[in-house]
Amino acid sequence: MNVGGAVYILEAVNVHLAFGGVAALRDVSFAVPEGSITTVIGPNGAGKTSLFNCISGFYRPQQGSIRFRGEDISRLKPPARAALGLARTFQNIALFRGMTVLDNIKLGAHVHLKTGLLGALAYFGPARREEMAVREEIERRIIDFLEIDHIRRQPVANLPYGLQKRVELARALAMRPTVLMLDEPVAGMNREEKEDMARFILDIKDEWDVTVLMVEHDMNMVMDISDHVVVLNFGQVIASGEPSQVQQDPAVIQAYLGDGDVETLRRRLNLKTEAA
Amino acid sequence: MRIGDAKQTYVADEALWTSSTQQIWFGLLLLALLVFPFIANSYLLYLACLVGIAVISATGLNILTGFTGLISLGQAGFMGVGGYTVAWLSLHTAVPFPLALLAAGLLTAAVGVIVGLPSLRVKGLYLAIATLAASVFLHFIFSEWTSVTGGMAGLSLRPAQLLGFSFHNDFRMYFMIMPLAVIMLLAARNVFRTRVGRAFIAIRDRDISAEVLGIPLLKYKLLSFGLSSFYAGVAGGLFAYFFRVVTPESFPLAMSIFYLAAIIVGGMGSILGGVLGAVFMTLVPEGLKLLTAAVTPFYPQAPVFMSPLLGVVFGVLIVGFLLFEPNGLAEIWRRIRRFFHLWPFRT
Ligand SMILES: Nc1ncnc2c1ncn2[C@@H]1O[C@H](COP(=O)(O)OP(=O)(O)OP(=O)(O)O)[C@@H](O)[C@H]1O
Ligand SMILES: [Mg+2]
Repeated sequence: MNVGGAVYILEAVNVHLAFGGVAALRDVSFAVPEGSITTVIGPNGAGKTSLFNCISGFYRPQQGSIRFRGEDISRLKPPARAALGLARTFQNIALFRGMTVLDNIKLGAHVHLKTGLLGALAYFGPARREEMAVREEIERRIIDFLEIDHIRRQPVANLPYGLQKRVELARALAMRPTVLMLDEPVAGMNREEKEDMARFILDIKDEWDVTVLMVEHDMNMVMDISDHVVVLNFGQVIASGEPSQVQQDPAVIQAYLGDGDVETLRRRLNLKTEAA
Repeated sequence: MRIGDAKQTYVADEALWTSSTQQIWFGLLLLALLVFPFIANSYLLYLACLVGIAVISATGLNILTGFTGLISLGQAGFMGVGGYTVAWLSLHTAVPFPLALLAAGLLTAAVGVIVGLPSLRVKGLYLAIATLAASVFLHFIFSEWTSVTGGMAGLSLRPAQLLGFSFHNDFRMYFMIMPLAVIMLLAARNVFRTRVGRAFIAIRDRDISAEVLGIPLLKYKLLSFGLSSFYAGVAGGLFAYFFRVVTPESFPLAMSIFYLAAIIVGGMGSILGGVLGAVFMTLVPEGLKLLTAAVTPFYPQAPVFMSPLLGVVFGVLIVGFLLFEPNGLAEIWRRIRRFFHLWPFRT
């Protein structure tokens, strides 16, 4: 869809999602400009992860639709959405713990591979060539880029948290995504790891031609790298726009910090950004 | 390990045997398997054939339960389908054994896929019960569909045939079973070097992320059921050729549990584990029996208390593995290998 110059690759249109009687998302609409880094922020329980789950296809909204390049994908199952290039990472890392780093990343390439059961049993000819090609691509484009060559043979279960997050990003990249969805990519990381991750996300946007949609609580990072910010509170979009705009929005400040004195809170938000 | 010369080294790095030492050991193993029937006595030959069949079946169950995480108590029923298929073909047609085994595998795979249908919705214990029910149902068919299965009396087979050559003794059967076991093991190993095998493991480890990566759960669960049942069907077919009789009692429920125990003891989700487990589960009871026979001359009472003891010892061994080495014999083997690999240096 093309509105006023910007091309929106992903849109949520009037999405409504309830669990039992409790509404997690209420009439949520927003659009992700192609090639942008768009960040969804909001207090705990605002519905950010639920929104991601609606986009990936795990939750079926009761009303509204999700559109990808203008087409309604609400009826597609998660694997079909993956095939469109919707890749994501999870808030609580969802790697395959029984496998090595390399195998985890290779799984990301699943939809781009063709080997069937018979080819797999024989591991000969095309099946073998395909495995070599995917290995080569992963080594060259992903393992080197994310600086994880030293751990490629290790089982993911033994890795420190920060590296696991990085491997999960690697797996999502192996999907050759068009839209990369990151649910709290730097949560629980130390400062240095956060900076690395921010750099990776920027590089991915610039060099891979990927649109990034992320959920993040770290305001410094959000204000630093986002092109577009959407604020969710109690399942509703209360503001959206450029980071600097959103940051000044009284409704946002109020949502984040309760009913306290708006002026001090605004200063705190600003201070955080300056510290970055 | 930084990889410089791309192509060449990836091939080596992805190879089945990553070092020439491994290649040599594998070659020696094949040679030993080839020479074995010429030096073994008839009892050892008989055991070797049983082990070969058990290895194929355990590997099949391992694909489903160990690698894909779908627990099944249907293994005996699946082997029965393979066994009866071969028996029926042997009685009513003159098809050579490779075709009969292929038919047994394919028919069993089809049955397996149907039995696997509930696996999208039910997991864990519930799936165990669903497969158990399927097994009971198959058992019912074996005993009641008399016109095809011969009812409780079962079916007797003529020896397996290939181009006028008859496999009428254990020596010849060995040369049918062992090569097939080796080929099917290598094929199973291959599956886990590709996207298909990785998808199985992904479903076992975390099915939600598998879906996000574009892996359709139902398709791969059914594929795993089909592949696993194919192995069970071929093993059942070999079983029929080997004993040359199949009855409903040839495939009791205890057999399903035997195979489940084999992969637990050997190592779930490891091809080597399935092999070691099958060998262990087949040979240990025999060893305990031999032990009983050996001490009987000195303690004539031995058989009286040894035979119930067999069950106890066996059970204790299995529980021991569950408690102390959940990764099974395969893990113990890896540790031994690492030790010798580094020997004489201390780790
Ligand atoms: N599967 C579910 N069943 C019932 N309620 C759910 C489910 N998933 C989410 N919710 C509810 O929906 C609301 C939004 O949760 P969600 O996880 O989307 O929040 P979030 O914005 O991601 O929060 P956080 O910042 O803590 O990750 C919460 O009240 C949560 O309890
Ligand atoms: Mg969340």
